[in-house]
Amino acid sequence: MTEIETSAAPASETNIKPPNASPVEVVSRRPSTGTPFTRILGIATLVSMALLVLFGLFLSPEDIVQGESVRILYIHVGTVWVAYVAFGLTALSSLAFLWKRTTSLTWDRIAGASAEVGVLFMALTLFAGAIWGRLSWGKFWVWDARVTTTAFLFITYIGYLAVRGLGGSHQQRGRRSAVVALLAVLEIPLVHFSVKLWRGLHQDGSVSDTTKVKLHDLMLFSLFISLIAFTLLFVWLVIHRQRVLAMQDAMDDKGLDYALEQRRSEAGL
Amino acid sequence: MEIVVHLSNAVAVLGQFPVLAGASITVERGEILLLQGPNGAGKTSLLRLFAGLLPLARGEGTVLGCDLRTNRQGVRKRVGLLGHANGLYSDLTVRENVRFWGSTIGATDSEVDAAMVRMGLAQRLKDVQVAKLSAGQKRRTALACLIARRAELWLLDEPHAGLDAAGRDELDATLREATVAGATIIVASHELERAGALASRLVEVVGGQIREAQPSPDRGAPSKAAG
Amino acid sequence: MFRVARLIAAKDLRIEVRSRVVTNQVLPFATIVMVMFAFALKTDEVVEKVAPGLVWLATLFSLLILVQRAFAVETADGATEAMRAAGVDPAGIFLGKALALAAQLAVLELLLLILAVVLYSAKLHAGGIVLLVTTLLAATCGLALVGTLYGGLAAGVRGRETLLPLLLLPVVAPVLIGATRATEAALGTSGAVVSDGWPWLGLLGVFVALFSVGGTLAFGPLIEE
Repeated sequence: MTEIETSAAPASETNIKPPNASPVEVVSRRPSTGTPFTRILGIATLVSMALLVLFGLFLSPEDIVQGESVRILYIHVGTVWVAYVAFGLTALSSLAFLWKRTTSLTWDRIAGASAEVGVLFMALTLFAGAIWGRLSWGKFWVWDARVTTTAFLFITYIGYLAVRGLGGSHQQRGRRSAVVALLAVLEIPLVHFSVKLWRGLHQDGSVSDTTKVKLHDLMLFSLFISLIAFTLLFVWLVIHRQRVLAMQDAMDDKGLDYALEQRRSEAGL
Repeated sequence: MEIVVHLSNAVAVLGQFPVLAGASITVERGEILLLQGPNGAGKTSLLRLFAGLLPLARGEGTVLGCDLRTNRQGVRKRVGLLGHANGLYSDLTVRENVRFWGSTIGATDSEVDAAMVRMGLAQRLKDVQVAKLSAGQKRRTALACLIARRAELWLLDEPHAGLDAAGRDELDATLREATVAGATIIVASHELERAGALASRLVEVVGGQIREAQPSPDRGAPSKAAG
Repeated sequence: MFRVARLIAAKDLRIEVRSRVVTNQVLPFATIVMVMFAFALKTDEVVEKVAPGLVWLATLFSLLILVQRAFAVETADGATEAMRAAGVDPAGIFLGKALALAAQLAVLELLLLILAVVLYSAKLHAGGIVLLVTTLLAATCGLALVGTLYGGLAAGVRGRETLLPLLLLPVVAPVLIGATRATEAALGTSGAVVSDGWPWLGLLGVFVALFSVGGTLAFGPLIEE
């Protein structure tokens, strides 16, 4: 596009145009990571969040058994949904990065951004879930398959982010993290299955029965809004975070150009 | 003559630092090339690049017909690298080490023994644990492991360091024999006298780039570079 | 690939025989851990009930040390880099090191089992021997495979001592659950019967299958620059 683009995006790094406006074009045009698309997305997110608050806190009825505390469900379900979508996105982008045909650092950055957002939402999920559990049946934690798997996913993703931070070239970072992410795809179902098998043998799984909430139509609708709102939020966050990472990578490359200059001048040329 | 190594404006990075900042060189079969230059100039990185260990960030490079951008694996089996570290297992004996490294490329026992004889390790030292050896003896063991590989391209990083006079003579003789047998040798060394006598060609590595240092009729005298 | 694996496994085991780190350091460590467990738990009854779990916990802690050791041997003198430079097949390195690690783990687990009988009054009975042995084999293979995989990743990077447990422990959770339940069934602890244990063995088998394939494919990219 302009000279700024060609010098900030060496051909070896980005082979594919990302779905939205190229982050590099964004960088060269303005210092923020916003584009018309994300502006609209952001507004949609705010609107749906407002709707969620409206329906979740006010319009939907309280539960017969649980009372007002059922309202946490609207947040909890939203965050756990996002957490698993984030996990799926990280795994898929890692695969896309490793696949020879589609390899591009953008996929690596999407995987990283998704993991960061995912870790945040997993923490929120566990937190909201703990509060809800305490309010509903007096326990912060329950050893069933879903809860335990989410906790494991949380820890696994913290490990993944640690591996991303190990340093080295961008390619190296991408390759290493992608492999770790795909190994996590192997591991998480195994954890889930083994915990399920484990708790299935014990009869104190009766706690999970009380998580069954009788869902009124309006409650279902509010849940639906929750899913939409949180998904929009997730997409918005990941897009922005990916762009910030792209800017960081571009900065590294510029840093490399600068360092090359310095290095060459050592030779007195 | 066959071209064994060809680099064109190669850039390689360690983390974010460009160790090689546009290096270009062509090496033909049978040459003994000496890399000189100050510390930090990029000699070790250049050797590791030739060995297919360091990825090429920019530029082009071919070693033994394999493109360094796409086929670093192919380079490795045909190249022998002696780095700063020796790559030895300190709990194993000299013979066990040389035999192990030889077996990784399928060397026979006789080739392994011959390599140990060459480096003066076959008599007293062959059943001594590497941990008990002196630095020079360890270096010789590492060299024996390299010899056993019968590589087409030898890459040596400060091979003379730590060796006594006898060891150095032995090494030089081995290197000359290897080139007669068709190998190509690239040595990075600070020891200009000895290595300079051995080498058929000298280049200077400065600031991640390569310059011919030998005066020749059509080029000028080598420029005095920083450091 | 298998030739390389045999070569490397032999080399690793020879180093162990020569240096005796496992026998002189890791086994005593595991013993202390088993004793400490007994200190931490209140009554003999409790200890007897949880004996299988304690055995596998002690195994996991020792696994961390064994993996660190297995790769410290390589990074001490730049041997991993030399192996990469020599073009040694990474899949072969993976399988070879996993094999050697499995052998060391097996010795460790036998010791822990004996300690469980001695310290925790665990009882072996003939009906459960087959289950017990197959569980040991399957769990050992599983742990050795993932240990080698993540150990290779963590070797030579900064923060490796803390990165390895963080990555490895979540991954081995299924092995912990499966091996403990199967061992309980084999030993008849807490009223478990041998037939309870076979599904768990199946779980361990799936784990081994997945990570032998996954690890073979993943090890190369993980140690590459």
